[in-house]
Amino acid sequence: MVLAQAADVSDIAPRAHPGPQVKISARHVNVHYGSKHALKDVDLDINQNQVAALIGPSGCGKSTFLRCLNRMNDVIEGARVEGTILIDGKDIYDRDLDVVMLRARVGMVFQKPNPFPKSVYDNVAYGPRIHGIGAGRAELDEIVQTSLERAGLWGEVKDRLNDPGTGLSGGQQQRLCIARAIAVNPEVILMDEPCSALDPIATARIEELIDELRENFTIVIVTHSMQQAARVSQRTAFFHLGEVVETGDTEEIFTSPKDERTQGYITGRFG
Amino acid sequence: MTEMTAPRAVIRRPDLSEARVRRRYAAERRFKLYGVLAIALAIGMLGVLLVSIASKGYSAFVQTHVGLDITFDPEVIDPDNTGDPAVIGLANYDKLIRDSLGNLFPDATSRQDRRALADLVSGGAFFTLRNMALDDPGIIGTTRRVWVETSDDLDMLRKGYIPRDVAEGERRVTDKQLAWYDGLDAQDRISLQFNTTFFNAGDSREPELAGVWGALVGTFLTMLVTLVLSFPLGVATAIYLEEFAPKNRWTDLIEVNINNLAAVPSIVFGLLGLAIFLGFFGLPRSAPLVGGMVLSLILLPTFIIASRVAVKAVPPSIREAALGVGASKLQVVLHHVLPLAMPGILTGTIIGMAHALGESAPLLMIGMVAFIVDIPGGITDPATVLPVQVYLWADSPERAFVERTSAAILVLLAFLIVMNALAVLLRRRFERRW
Repeated sequence: MVLAQAADVSDIAPRAHPGPQVKISARHVNVHYGSKHALKDVDLDINQNQVAALIGPSGCGKSTFLRCLNRMNDVIEGARVEGTILIDGKDIYDRDLDVVMLRARVGMVFQKPNPFPKSVYDNVAYGPRIHGIGAGRAELDEIVQTSLERAGLWGEVKDRLNDPGTGLSGGQQQRLCIARAIAVNPEVILMDEPCSALDPIATARIEELIDELRENFTIVIVTHSMQQAARVSQRTAFFHLGEVVETGDTEEIFTSPKDERTQGYITGRFG
Repeated sequence: MTEMTAPRAVIRRPDLSEARVRRRYAAERRFKLYGVLAIALAIGMLGVLLVSIASKGYSAFVQTHVGLDITFDPEVIDPDNTGDPAVIGLANYDKLIRDSLGNLFPDATSRQDRRALADLVSGGAFFTLRNMALDDPGIIGTTRRVWVETSDDLDMLRKGYIPRDVAEGERRVTDKQLAWYDGLDAQDRISLQFNTTFFNAGDSREPELAGVWGALVGTFLTMLVTLVLSFPLGVATAIYLEEFAPKNRWTDLIEVNINNLAAVPSIVFGLLGLAIFLGFFGLPRSAPLVGGMVLSLILLPTFIIASRVAVKAVPPSIREAALGVGASKLQVVLHHVLPLAMPGILTGTIIGMAHALGESAPLLMIGMVAFIVDIPGGITDPATVLPVQVYLWADSPERAFVERTSAAILVLLAFLIVMNALAVLLRRRFERRW
């Protein structure tokens, strides 16, 4: 782990966008998987209370970048991350930083719905329990209820909280995973193609949900669907072959891309 | 049949060989047939095995008893009328039995005849009388009918294993004894009763006094030591290697070694136990403690391999989900991986323990083959185990040990079934779908 030069870090702060506040700021991020150079010198800013979409063809490094933001790459054998990633101005790859605490601040929703083989209630309560949030049963009940409500699932599962989470439909499972992530009350939620395993109706519900969640959370979403990126995000970054080709306001990217690779991708000429 | 196949041929493509399609279906049917045959053969063999053992062994669960009118003579038991249990316990009860038999057959007067007459009754019959007198001293002075075990020869005669129609010298029962037996039988003094001795006694040189309880307790203690030592160690090793250990040359080396250890003949572990546990550490011989330690060595590789497979089979998405909400690595393992891997781990444990239950060779090396009469009271007491008991009895010359050998095998199988049933129940409780 090579830490950025001090001068480099101080460089970042004034570059914040004038409008929305920068929540996550990545500079010179390089990731190697063994001998494979998966991310090449990525610079990216993500604004608070906005949805940032990462788009690009398969294997372009967008999921890798996403997993850098809560250090999920740590558990992958042979993965090496270089560069600086600041959340609220603090380097998350700092030696003193507690990874567990970081993941409590930066929640994650995965591509395939992966509820625990436990009850719906225990799925949502698991995070608060291990972090010691919600002292008594009543407090925990409340956290579970609000989390499920915010994930738009409460109405459907309130009578079956003790049924296994794996018994829900695919879309419900994914919303359960979102509820599980927000139950810990994170600041950032990372979503890795959250709708790729879902049907259009379930997808529409999740997209609606993402738009609502933006009020309280900063959301980074990786998606293969450009329509989805256009619908839910405020800013978009286009990844190609491990590099960030272009970033900007979503509207701009989709209406007047500056780079021809971006244009080629969003018009479906390659990817 | 032709009517059936004709319309099907219509939908077939004319350019594809009809014969080839038929061959394909024939191959499929043949394969199914082989499968059914293999299973039938296996079940048949198992049936033959079980029937032969059960048909030989079932008669050991009953024992021939003889009803004798015993006079609890105070002159013999307690001449000074002390009422002291020590005196009553040491009395000559054999004399009471001999007197009773003498009353029944007054014709047996010579020393030799009286001896042959006394041989009809088990050498351990006096225990029954002594226990009666100790339990209730009030019976001293009375006469009552008492059912005591016969000798093993008479037992075999009753069960039909000793032929009557051969020359006297070729059977274990003399003509006189035969006549006495018939006399007793005519008076309804011979009966087959449930053989409690077989289930609550330790080993004995006398078949009618020998039981499996000692071996059963020894087996239980040995299995307990094995399980307590190897289960946590095996699971912990598997989890460390799978979840925590870095993947490098060292862990590769360890993995290769574990796989090789699983293939080492068990007698080698017995020798190791003899040299290390008995020779170097000076642990007690023939003890379930050492037996369990040796069996743990044998089982550990199996446990580790089975547990690793089970841990590996837990979907990575579950680990990611837990890490994603901020669980530490240990929490991921304890809350998610271990519970989900438990059914697989328990399956490996059942197979391993069943293997250990039947193991006798390494236990011979550490002295569990000794002739042990006492029931072991703890893991450091001398003991034997069921398979070794089977071996010991199979090695004994007395005819009555043949049925007891088979009966001991039945007990061993029953022990195995109970153990497996427990494990299956336990596994059910852990089984969850994801």
